[in-house]
This record gives sequence, structure tokens and C-alpha cells, in this order.
Amino acid sequence: MSVASTETAINTGRITRTFIYLLLILFALFYLLPFGIMVINSVKPLSEITGGNMMSLPQVFTLEPWLKAWNSAQVGVEATGLKPYFWNSLKMVFPAVAISTVLGALNGYVLTKWRFKGDTILFGLMLFACFIPFQIVLIPMARVLGFLGIAGSTPGLVLVHVVYGLGFTTLYFRNYYQVFPTELIRAAQIDGAGFFRIFWRIMLPSSGPIIVVSVIWQFTNIWNDFLFGASFADLDSQPMTVALNNLVSSSTGVKEYNVHFAGAIIAALPTLLVYIVAGRYFVRGLMAGSVKG
Amino acid sequence: MSFLKINNATKSYGSTKVLRNIDIDVEEGEFLVLVGPSGCGKSTLLNMIAGLENITSGTISIKGQTMNGVHPSKRNIAMVFQSYALYPNMTVGQNITFGLEMHGTAKPEREKAMNEVAEMLQIKPLLNRKPGQLSGGQRQRVAMGRALVRDPDVFLFDEPLSNLDAKLRVDMRTEIKKLHQKLGTTIVYVTHDQIEAMTLSTRIAVMNGGYVQQLGTPKEIYDAPANLFVASFMGSPSMNLVPAKVVSNGDGIFAQLSTGLSEQVNLRFSNPTEALKGFDQKEITLGIRPEAITDPEGADRKARHIEQITNRVIVTEPAGSDTYVMSSLGGKDCNARMRADAQVAAGQNVPFAINMDKAIPFDPSSEMRIA
Repeated sequence: MSVASTETAINTGRITRTFIYLLLILFALFYLLPFGIMVINSVKPLSEITGGNMMSLPQVFTLEPWLKAWNSAQVGVEATGLKPYFWNSLKMVFPAVAISTVLGALNGYVLTKWRFKGDTILFGLMLFACFIPFQIVLIPMARVLGFLGIAGSTPGLVLVHVVYGLGFTTLYFRNYYQVFPTELIRAAQIDGAGFFRIFWRIMLPSSGPIIVVSVIWQFTNIWNDFLFGASFADLDSQPMTVALNNLVSSSTGVKEYNVHFAGAIIAALPTLLVYIVAGRYFVRGLMAGSVKG
Repeated sequence: MSFLKINNATKSYGSTKVLRNIDIDVEEGEFLVLVGPSGCGKSTLLNMIAGLENITSGTISIKGQTMNGVHPSKRNIAMVFQSYALYPNMTVGQNITFGLEMHGTAKPEREKAMNEVAEMLQIKPLLNRKPGQLSGGQRQRVAMGRALVRDPDVFLFDEPLSNLDAKLRVDMRTEIKKLHQKLGTTIVYVTHDQIEAMTLSTRIAVMNGGYVQQLGTPKEIYDAPANLFVASFMGSPSMNLVPAKVVSNGDGIFAQLSTGLSEQVNLRFSNPTEALKGFDQKEITLGIRPEAITDPEGADRKARHIEQITNRVIVTEPAGSDTYVMSSLGGKDCNARMRADAQVAAGQNVPFAINMDKAIPFDPSSEMRIA
């Protein structure tokens, strides 16, 4: 089979091939350009940016902007840097991703293996969560958070993201479990495993690819979210995205572009890392439901 | 009190009746095969015994205890599925012991039971592998191991051999039969393959359209099918069913039919029943198995009455061990099984010997055997 799969590529001559590669490299460079400029300018002293060419390589290499963005930049009232907000984001992202993924898996499990009357309608309704724009839920959500007494706190943000993400994670797991053989569930029932035992011991361990998809999707969405963070967070629970905005758009003092660039890279690093580590599983997981192995 | 008792069990999905008034008693140590075409309800019945489907009405009891509403894990049954249903994330060893673990058996005992079963099924070298690394036959063994280790009252098999290739299927069939002889446990086995049913079972329930058409030993089912469905479903090649007319005179009762040479022949029944006498001058369907029509030299010497007729050969099918010869009888194609070296060719007129001991008359209107 491995021989056959390489054969599926169209056979082309050497010249055409070189041309294709050159074109691809060109495009790759083009897409990397913004990130490259960010990196270059984040290691320059400010004077080099204001006094010269943004595109040129740094004359003097310095990590000062990075340290400043992390430790001491003026973000809110105090000059704390992005550090506390980075932790805020982590404290929000990890529980929100974990809870929404596990609940999504549980929903998918129930919707495919413990069918009940009206389950397709329920699933259809849950899918609406994928199409509702963020802005629509802002005011009802604010009411709910106030009612629960967790407005302006990290647990409040976790709840918001879990609720909003549940539609997607349910969709992923439901489609994945749809093709999961029901005979396995029956065998486990005869073996004496109950509802949750089957879930923990048989379903979840076989869900690797789709867990990766769900985690990547949820992680990037929640980490990059700005609207919910800006709307529902207090000063001490603001996530990274809101802090970055405050850093960049503060109107007093000198615009420290090099610090802004460094801050933006710091804010993007975790999602970048997740993609580099788990990216190939992402594609594999997306394919898993559609193509019969 | 029978070991497994299915008493007037029915199953319906809404207004659709899938199983109607099933009554089957299984004694301890019996090998019961449920056989029938797809959609006849055999798998549903098995799932009802397992507790995976609930019973609409009637009762199913094991060892005298009613099982209606009892959870599958509390019925002390084990099941082997068509797809084997091995847990893909666990090793073979974990697969086998999962049920014991769920029932709270201590680890040393689990290991001991696992090793015994692995020894018996010769899967010891596979214990640390994952199901994905096994061949079809090995998976089949593991699935049986998982059932065996529980030491259940009743084994349930749901078409366990249908995913294997032809040769392996025959081998595993023998293995299952050996296993049953060795362990002597009660087995209920579902298949659509009538050869599997004949070879494995101590009793067969032939099912169709939600009814049990006939319940009996393989010999009863084969030699005395209760109706036309059972007659045509069991046996390969299937039984010849030809229209004939009953005539009687001082010499006995005859089936009158036309040959491919447009001659009328009278075939005398060797042991006519009282019921058959009532069909005098009426049309019947005569059932004759291919092996009861042979060349005269190959005829059964112990048969009480053999009719010899001459008929034109339409086509011959040499199958190696036998040669199947097609001719026309009563206006229908009729299959005869001759010896491999019988000298016949298409278009020839050759003698056929019909063993009338094995001829079975059916009532064409009720489709029941005339007995």
C-alpha cells in the first residue's frame, strides 16, 4: 500500500517540479513575512524602529522588549507586564478545555449509544450553539453569571467557554462515536460494565484522534477569545488577549513598538505550540470520521 | 424443568411484530442452533436471551429463574459477537479478564483463569498484543476466550464465523464443536448457514418470518421437514420440489408426474401414510433430495423401494466428489447426485434411480408436509 500511495502523486518532469517547489516556497515565505517582521522588531531597540526601516535586521540585538513585555510593561493600572494575565489565561483555558471536551465526549456517547426519544432533535438544538454569534449571548450570559455570583471571575469565564464550546465538542464526538461499533458496548454490558465504566474504560481510550481535535479547537478558540474576556472579566481575571489590547492601545507615553511585538508573540505562542505538537493528529482526527479505515 | 426456557416470547417494535409466540426449551448441555434467512428474527431472539433487547411479552428463564428485566451482566451468560467486539484499547489478556474484573474477581484468580483459557485456545503467545495486531482467526479465538473465562451457564454465539474466510470457517466450526464436547455447556448459536446448523447442533430451530418453523434434531429437520420452507432452506443443493398427482390402485399409492421425455411415470411411495391416501387424485408437491436421485449403480442398496426411470439430461455439473445431473421432472428442473465417474452427458437419455423411501409429499395449499 505504501508504494501505491506515493504513486497517487501526479508524475511530473524535473523542471515542472522545481517550478512547483519554488512557487510553494515563495508562498510560504509570503505567509511567514508578518511573523518574521514581528520577531525581527521584537529584538530591536525602539530607536532602530522609530528612526529607520522596519524591514531591516536588528543592528543591536536585545531581549529587553521581551522582558519588558513580560515583566514590567504598563498594562492596567500597575506596571506588571503581561505575566499575571498570561497565568489568568492558563487558569481559564485548562479547565475550560478539559471540561468542555469531557462533556462533549459524554454527550456524543449518550447521543449515539444510549439513544432515547427525541435525541436527534436535541442534537440539532445543540448544533445551534455552533452558529450563534458571540454577541447574541452577551447579555443573557451576563445575567446568568450575575445570578450565579461568578461574574468577573475566572470560574465565570470557564463557564462561558464551556457552554459556548459544548456545541462543537458534542458535534465532534457524536460524529466520531457514530461509527464506533455498538457491539463493543453490548459486549461490555454483558461483561458487567455500567454506563460510566464503559465510557472511561472503552470509549475514551479509543477516542485519541477526536480528543486531539477537540482540544486544539477549544484551546485556540478560548485562548484567542477577546470578546468574552473583555466583557466578563475583572482586572484580576483578565485574559492575555485583553491585556495585550490594553498594552498596545494605551494612549499615554511613547508607543513602544518593540514591546508590543514581543507581547503579541508571547500571546500567540501557546496556540502555536499546540499546533506544532498536535497538528498532525488534528488532520488525522478530522479524517477519522469521514474515511473508513 | 428445562435449563433455558423460552415461553411464548414475542417481540414487536411499535406495531411491527418481529417474533411471534416463540416456545423453545433447551436442556443443559444442548447445542441449539437458530437458523434462518436474514430478517427472520433469530438475532433478535438471541439478544433477548442476552438481555440486550427487552421482551415484549412472554418469559425467558434460565435455570428456572425468570430473566425478564434482569441486566445482561447478571444473567451469567457470555456472548461471542459477529464482529468479535474486542476492546481495541486493551491487550488480549485485558480483553479476556475485563468481565472478571467488572465482577470483582481478585487479580490472582483472574490471571489463573486467563492462563487456563489461553492454554485451551492456544492463544498464550498473543496475550500481550492488541486486537488490531491479530488475524481474523486469532480474534475469533480471543472472543471465545473472553466468553469461556466467565464460565457462564449459557453461551450465546451470534454468527461468529461469518467474518472468516471459507477454509478458516470450516476449521473453527470443528473447534467449536470440539469445545462443546469437552466443556458440555449449553450453547445457543445463531447462523444463516444451514451447513453450520447441521454440523454443530444437537437441535435446530429453523426460523422464518418471526415464527419457529420447525424445532428438532438435525436428522429430523433434514429427513422430515415440517413444511416447504424448511425443506427448501435446509440442504445444499436444495431439495427438488416437483408437482405431482396422487394416484392409487391395488399395488399401492403412486406419485404421477411427467418426465423430460414427455412420458407419464408412476412412482410408488414405499411407506404411504394414512393422510396421503386422502389426497387420491389430488395435486401434491413431491420433495426429493438430490442424493435420493442417482445413477442405478449408485443407488442405496438398503432402500426398501427404488423407482427407475429414463430421463433426458439437461446439464451436468461435475463437482469433483459427485456429479450433479439436471433433468426435467414434473415440468421443473430436478437435480440428481450421481457418482463422480457416472458416464452421463447433456442430451443423453439415461436411467435415474429414485429412492422412494426419501420422497416427501407436501400439500401445495398449506405448504405442510403430508403426514
